[in-house]
Amino acid sequence: MMRRTFLIALPYIWLLALFLVPFAIVLKISLSDIALARPPYMPQLDLTGGLAAVWDFITQLDFENFVFLTSDDLYWKAYLSSLKIAALSTAITLVVGYPIAYAMARAAKEWRPTLLMLVILPFWTSFLIRVYSWMGILSTEGVLNQFLIGIGAISEPLQILNTQTAVYIGIVYTYLPFMILPIYSALEKLDDSLLEAAEDLGCSRTTAFWLVTLPLSKGGVIAGCFLVFIPTLGEFVIPSLLGGSETLMIGKVLWEEFFSNRDWPVASAVAVILLLILIIPIVLFQRNEQKQREAEG
Amino acid sequence: MRQFSWFNATSLTLGFAFLYLPMIILVIYSFNESRLVTVWAGFSTKWYGELLQNEEFLDAAWVTVKVAFFSSTLATVLGTMAAQVLVRGGRFPGRTLFSGMIYAPLVMPEVITGLSLLLLFIGIGLDRGVLTVVLAHTTFSMCFVSVVVSSRLTSFDRSLEEAALDLGASPFDAFRLVTLPIIAPAVISSWLLAFTLSLDDLVIASFTTGPGATTLPIKVFSAVRLGVSPEINALSTIMIGIVTVGVITASLVSKRTALQQARAEQAAARTA
Amino acid sequence: MAQSKVKPKQSPSTAAFEPWNDPNEKPLIQFKGVTKRFGDFTAIDNLTLDIFEREFFALLGPSGCGKTTMMRMLAGFETPTEGQILLSGRDIGDVPPNKRAVNMMFQSYALFPHLSVWDNIAFGLRREKRDKDSIASRVDEMLRLTRLEKFANRKPHQISGGQRQRVALARSLAKAPKLLLLDEPLGALDRKLREETQFELMDIQETTGTTFVIVTHDQEEAMTVASRVAVMDEGKMVQVATPQTIYEAPNSVYVASFIGDVNLIRGTANLRNVATAAPAAPESESETKPEPVTKIETDEDPRKPQPNDYGKWLHDRLLAPILGQRVDEPKALPAPTKAELAAAAELQAPVDVPEGGLTIDWAENTPALIAANGDPEFDGNEVVLALRPEKMGIAKTKPDAPNVMRGKVIDIAYLGNISTYHVELKTGTMVKAQVANTRRVSRRNITWEDEVWVSFSATAGVVLTE
Repeated sequence: MMRRTFLIALPYIWLLALFLVPFAIVLKISLSDIALARPPYMPQLDLTGGLAAVWDFITQLDFENFVFLTSDDLYWKAYLSSLKIAALSTAITLVVGYPIAYAMARAAKEWRPTLLMLVILPFWTSFLIRVYSWMGILSTEGVLNQFLIGIGAISEPLQILNTQTAVYIGIVYTYLPFMILPIYSALEKLDDSLLEAAEDLGCSRTTAFWLVTLPLSKGGVIAGCFLVFIPTLGEFVIPSLLGGSETLMIGKVLWEEFFSNRDWPVASAVAVILLLILIIPIVLFQRNEQKQREAEG
Repeated sequence: MRQFSWFNATSLTLGFAFLYLPMIILVIYSFNESRLVTVWAGFSTKWYGELLQNEEFLDAAWVTVKVAFFSSTLATVLGTMAAQVLVRGGRFPGRTLFSGMIYAPLVMPEVITGLSLLLLFIGIGLDRGVLTVVLAHTTFSMCFVSVVVSSRLTSFDRSLEEAALDLGASPFDAFRLVTLPIIAPAVISSWLLAFTLSLDDLVIASFTTGPGATTLPIKVFSAVRLGVSPEINALSTIMIGIVTVGVITASLVSKRTALQQARAEQAAARTA
Repeated sequence: MAQSKVKPKQSPSTAAFEPWNDPNEKPLIQFKGVTKRFGDFTAIDNLTLDIFEREFFALLGPSGCGKTTMMRMLAGFETPTEGQILLSGRDIGDVPPNKRAVNMMFQSYALFPHLSVWDNIAFGLRREKRDKDSIASRVDEMLRLTRLEKFANRKPHQISGGQRQRVALARSLAKAPKLLLLDEPLGALDRKLREETQFELMDIQETTGTTFVIVTHDQEEAMTVASRVAVMDEGKMVQVATPQTIYEAPNSVYVASFIGDVNLIRGTANLRNVATAAPAAPESESETKPEPVTKIETDEDPRKPQPNDYGKWLHDRLLAPILGQRVDEPKALPAPTKAELAAAAELQAPVDVPEGGLTIDWAENTPALIAANGDPEFDGNEVVLALRPEKMGIAKTKPDAPNVMRGKVIDIAYLGNISTYHVELKTGTMVKAQVANTRRVSRRNITWEDEVWVSFSATAGVVLTE
């Protein structure tokens, strides 16, 4: 009994202290005022002052920072643009990833582990390096432009790096395995005889795909979409390395608010709103996973 | 036999080309003589030499490895405990909150995790440095560990543990002598995952680091912000090389053990 | 050490092994009003049961009947919600599984895949902190007992299914437990191996003198190995008795139909007139007569006059234009004439029918069935006569038996050593009769669609109430 308590308590307390409490602090600071001090915010809870101090603390909390976020159109534009970029790049990743996952699932059995390893391998290489590798390709004097000029497709180098396009390429590239893996695992479980049955009952190959394969891989598609959409929404590295000044993403705004402007309360308010936006897809994702598990088990 | 159409072959070829070409180009250009990374000026390994003399990079690499080692080890211990609690813990007060806290960091944007941890460290007056980065990395990696280990534990035949108890082993002995050896592959791979996550992390490390604890990703990020640099190409090539060798070795080893197991089972079937 | 207390369980010279009939015998295990609930679901419902030392006790029932829960409570993986479980008179409710002198053989065998056969068997002994030599000698003894010496160094995945089963048995027996629990121990083996292994299990149980409790859903297995069988249903013990009693004298329709194949004939019981059992031929006619006391007379006597040949001729020739076509009573048997009844009575007369018991009215226009072993208490009740197919005879000519029924062969299931005939009686009821195939196929004269007589003795069936 002692051991069980210890077993539960240690990770529990760790997560409470280093995951939940920090959020409470973010929430609290988002309701505070900026101060030219260290730490640069007011008020701070001083429990030595007793109840009066607690009262002071509570009365000084306000929604000023949130009001500020709505007044400056930079913020809501950043949220909207993040949502747009995340949604669009999820769609592109799906279109690119589905045929790959499908082809992997249809490949000969002895090849599948190798193909799977090839998809997973990029996971283990540095995210930063993978994003960085596109900088050398997309820049005006980069490999892509040299190639296109070389074959005579263009005469002037294209400006791709530091545009939205580069951000989309970067996101699709880095998150593609997240899309492929769940779809592949759904398709791999698909029983071949289902397709044969569909054809036996008069479906053409194409209709069998639309009526059997696609509905049965729905769970994998949904999981893949969430796995791309959710982290993309708060993405920081890709827009800051590949995107230009016009690429507004909320992760980048938060970073700059914090490191450049040192406005902690506003940065915290930005984080709180981002979290609120994220709750919806996260809950939907969890419910999808739950449904999958129930269907399987 | 399934039909493998040209369409499937094309999507595989294009897909893997898309996944691997950028890295291959990066590797090729790391051997470029010229500082102008885009102009090929002949084969050279001089950037590797320069990289190895760059003290700042070496220091950062050492800090990164230290952080990754400690945080992944801690995360593996805590994450395995958490997995045990999730799968075997039964009901206890606050179970929903607990599993929520395990799954939430997996989908949490790094900027938020980093910011909140930084505010905590400042709030409690902890000086930022290697320790704070280790704490931060442990927190989010332990969640990955516990997801990997708990998926292994779920498929684990519970009657093995019960058999150990039935034969007189204490619950701790049952875990040490039966469960742990069997789930060891999952624990090891989750340690590797935690290690890589820590090596790889830029955002959380940037928030929680302090003077003297600059990790490699932070160093790389500040270097590449200004544009492509040949030293970073060389560094990337080294890292890609290590990962590739590691992953291929691991898969070969696991393939061989699977093969041996299959042979042994065949032999058993024959003797039966 | 287990072998020191070797005593033959059943040997021809000593009295039968029946500790449950001996009031001086102390039970090894006692369930006292044990109830186990999982949430709203009651897995075990107020169960009281004694199991004695050196018994081979089988818990038999369909999945979900609570047998596995009972076993897990004995092993200590579940604790009773109410009531007590005593082992040698001590309440073991709070004793954790690792501190109980009870070992279990798991359905999946639960062999530790990372340990060799030798280490698997030694696992429990090592937990007792015994010295190396005694562990080694005990493991070797177990290996010999289960004939696994050659496989000591193999890993579980390197041996066959039957060998794994023996390792699991050796491992659970190594600590010489007071009680060994076996959870569907033979479920994973194929039929032939299972039969061999059943006898092996019985041998080992007798050699070691350990008390075995086995959980199974396979009734044949339970009947083969067990000294007593407990048939369970929905958390309750329906019947606890020896295999013979369970089979020959089930106490309920549930048990009768759960164990083996059975024909169930429903009807109304009446006290049988004892005097009629006298061998005198003419009196036997009265067998069917005294019952209408409790019955509605019209039920038993709907014998409408049937036209004889002359009457038919008359109808067809003269009355048909006026009254329409003559309609013969469909399907119902022609009413037995006095002469026929007398003949039947005469035929039955020489058969030695025991006295007493019940008669059962089960269909119109048919003689009541005789169940000489029926409980007179059931007089006047709706009852079920349970008849095993192998106790039913089948013939093309009317046999000499106290109970005969007419029907038509619908189906024949040829099983090699025996054949089962599915016969549709005139009332529409289907019955099965099983006959040993002592003759070659070509010599057997009953085939599909044949009109046949199904017969059975006055004590072949068991009279039950629902």
